[in-house]
Amino acid sequence: MGVFLKMLTNEAEVATPLTLAVPASTCRPGDTPDFSDMVISEPGVVRRPEVTESAQDMHELATELIRVLDDKGNAVGPWAPVIDTAMLVKGLTSMMVTREFDRRMFLAQRQAKTSFFMQSTGEEAISTGFRFAMRDDDMNFPTYRQQSLLIAGGYPLELMMSQIYSNSHDPLRGRQLPGLYSSKDTGFFTLSGNVATQFLQAVGWAMASAIKGSDSVTAAWIGDGSSAESDFFSAMLMASSFQAPVILNLINNQWAISTSQSVVRGQAATFAVRGHGFGLPSLRVDGNDFLAVYAVASWAVERARRNLGPTFIEWVTYRVGAHSSSDDPSAYRPKSEAAAWPLGDPIERLKRHLIASGAWTEDQHADLEGKVKEQVRLAQAVAEEWGTLKSGPGPSPRDIFEDVYADVPEHLQRQRREAGL
Amino acid sequence: MTMIEAIRDAHMLAMESDDSVVVFGEDVGFFGGVFRCTQGLQSRFGPTRCFDTPVNEAAIVGAAIGMAANGMRPCVEIQFADYMYPAYDQIVSEAARLRYRSAGDFTAPLTIRMPVGGGIFGGQTHSQSPEALFTQVAGLKTVIPSNPYDAKGLLLSAIEDDDPVIFLEPKRLYNGPFDGHHDRPVTPWSAHELSDVPSEYYTIPLGSAAIRRAGSAVTVLTYGTMVYVALAAVAECAIDAEVIDLRSLVPLDLETIIKSVEKTGRCVVVHEATLTSGFGAELCALVQKHCFYALEAPIERVTGYDTPYPHAQEWTYFPSPERIGLALQQTMAG
Ligand SMILES: Cc1ncc(C[n+]2csc(CCOP(=O)(O)OP(=O)(O)O)c2C)c(N)n1
Ligand SMILES: [Mg+2]
Repeated sequence: MGVFLKMLTNEAEVATPLTLAVPASTCRPGDTPDFSDMVISEPGVVRRPEVTESAQDMHELATELIRVLDDKGNAVGPWAPVIDTAMLVKGLTSMMVTREFDRRMFLAQRQAKTSFFMQSTGEEAISTGFRFAMRDDDMNFPTYRQQSLLIAGGYPLELMMSQIYSNSHDPLRGRQLPGLYSSKDTGFFTLSGNVATQFLQAVGWAMASAIKGSDSVTAAWIGDGSSAESDFFSAMLMASSFQAPVILNLINNQWAISTSQSVVRGQAATFAVRGHGFGLPSLRVDGNDFLAVYAVASWAVERARRNLGPTFIEWVTYRVGAHSSSDDPSAYRPKSEAAAWPLGDPIERLKRHLIASGAWTEDQHADLEGKVKEQVRLAQAVAEEWGTLKSGPGPSPRDIFEDVYADVPEHLQRQRREAGL
Repeated sequence: MTMIEAIRDAHMLAMESDDSVVVFGEDVGFFGGVFRCTQGLQSRFGPTRCFDTPVNEAAIVGAAIGMAANGMRPCVEIQFADYMYPAYDQIVSEAARLRYRSAGDFTAPLTIRMPVGGGIFGGQTHSQSPEALFTQVAGLKTVIPSNPYDAKGLLLSAIEDDDPVIFLEPKRLYNGPFDGHHDRPVTPWSAHELSDVPSEYYTIPLGSAAIRRAGSAVTVLTYGTMVYVALAAVAECAIDAEVIDLRSLVPLDLETIIKSVEKTGRCVVVHEATLTSGFGAELCALVQKHCFYALEAPIERVTGYDTPYPHAQEWTYFPSPERIGLALQQTMAG
């Protein structure tokens, strides 16, 4: 024993000093964008297990990349969904509306019609395709970059814009930061602004659905960066322990403001493999492939709906725009990175598919583009009649005292009186 | 210097003079922080001294406590005070009590910086003033500068301090003093004398208040952004008020407070945070205890209302010069 201890001590004496390994973001201004170490499976090659298959038997799905659309726009492989043209055109339209909505609202922020805005450019397929796989009575716990969930869910653009403008028709009465919508009727849980907190609440909502014996399912949403929060792991744990009817979605758009996904991922091969420690079916999917999104979402929703438990999905995509209207990404990533992104643009890819399958033409597309632009322009005109943050009618100052509690308590009535309201 | 530059400068000097000072948080390394308060530190001192962390506030503070206990002096950033709640357990149950529960065997000399306060249309998650959540915790010090000169001297003191210090940075003051008149052009720091920041290392002791305006009619106790709003209110209602910038809430410069209220016989407390159980309540209790016989009127409080911080109605919520003026007049009439 004494000799053994001594050996250990001696070994320590000759050891080299420790050093700290600080994770670095992969690509900075001046660097050449390089996505070559990202695993990208060929379209159509990844297996599609039965929804009843055990999580243990599908581990490879966490390191592959499920893709349906090939470069020519053909839908290939076992994940190619059965989906009619009308539905595809609806998906395409919805994504185009989101993109135009983002463009106009970002501009509106620049014109000082509101204080803040966050675009979802390049990520439209995920929330659009997923929403199409859900029912209206299902619930989402979204992030701030998922306007597509509302748009695909048929929520009025004018009301979204009214929230952004904090105007007289703002359903949230001017209280929330632009883009932090809420609509129970559209299956869209109120957004907090503190990241990750709601990933866990989604599991609780789903547990309640199970306790109540309903058949609605829940989708939790989180970003690559926010998945670092403890709430993410708590959610995975609760979902695993209670086999909640929830789909745990992680949107890996490569960046968390200025910090690349690699910093959070650490030494894990992908985000998806994190699900294995919790025994969750874990899939990694091309998030810019509308058909793959719809197919995998439908698969996971079916699992949840049939009481087969939670599914964890990493959606791989790219944040094309700035983090927010307050951010300038040229300070921390090369401008050319978006162009180097290997998974293309979701709208372009779905359009190519529709054309390749003979269901769509360039003329029809141009026509649709015009209609979408007009639809969003008109919605904005209506919303602006209802006011913007800087002009026109707005919510009442009195509104700040309401909804703090079910009733306005005595002390808030007093404060409201003192405020002359 | 702006407040941002002064904070950056303090970091530079602290890191230069003490190898154990490390700086980290969300986006603070390469990018230099979303408010750019740590810009240039990583390129100057290397990535083991200043680095980006994953988005996990509990991890930032928890790791900082471990490092601090093991001989480092971490100065970490929480991107907005509104995002400190995941770290609150680490702050309250751990950082604040390490010394006490180990009888001094282990300590946590760390600084936790975070932007606070409103006035930027940040809505409920970019506007909060949670200082009372820290001042109520035994074992923490809580500091809040109101200008570049103080920011530098107080931050250097905080980093030198052997106990955990919460360092609150009024974000509306980063680029200029703000007097609450949101509809007027912004004043840059360059026009203010306290932006004249010496380049050398200096400290301002924690627990010393500063009298921003001497006066004899009423004492205004305030801190952070409200210092300028109170000064504007005083100027506009032409009352000879003494405006005290507390600068540090724990430890508190009770002596300066008592001396002033004994002289004026009247007191108004102003802060952005909500009213109920706010730090103003502590100030009122102390003033009535120590200056009871000098008081000629009830102590007034002007604060944020007891609601979450709104977005569109920001200027209804934010304590305005007018509201402070009314309280001043009321106290004078009392
Ligand atoms: C608890 C908390 N900490 C920090 C922030 C500040 N913050 C807002 S977004 C963000 C990055 C999130 O990145 P990611 O999850 O990848 O989402 P993305 O912006 O890429 O959609 C950070 C750090 C916050 N909102 N909440
Ligand atoms: Mg991200």
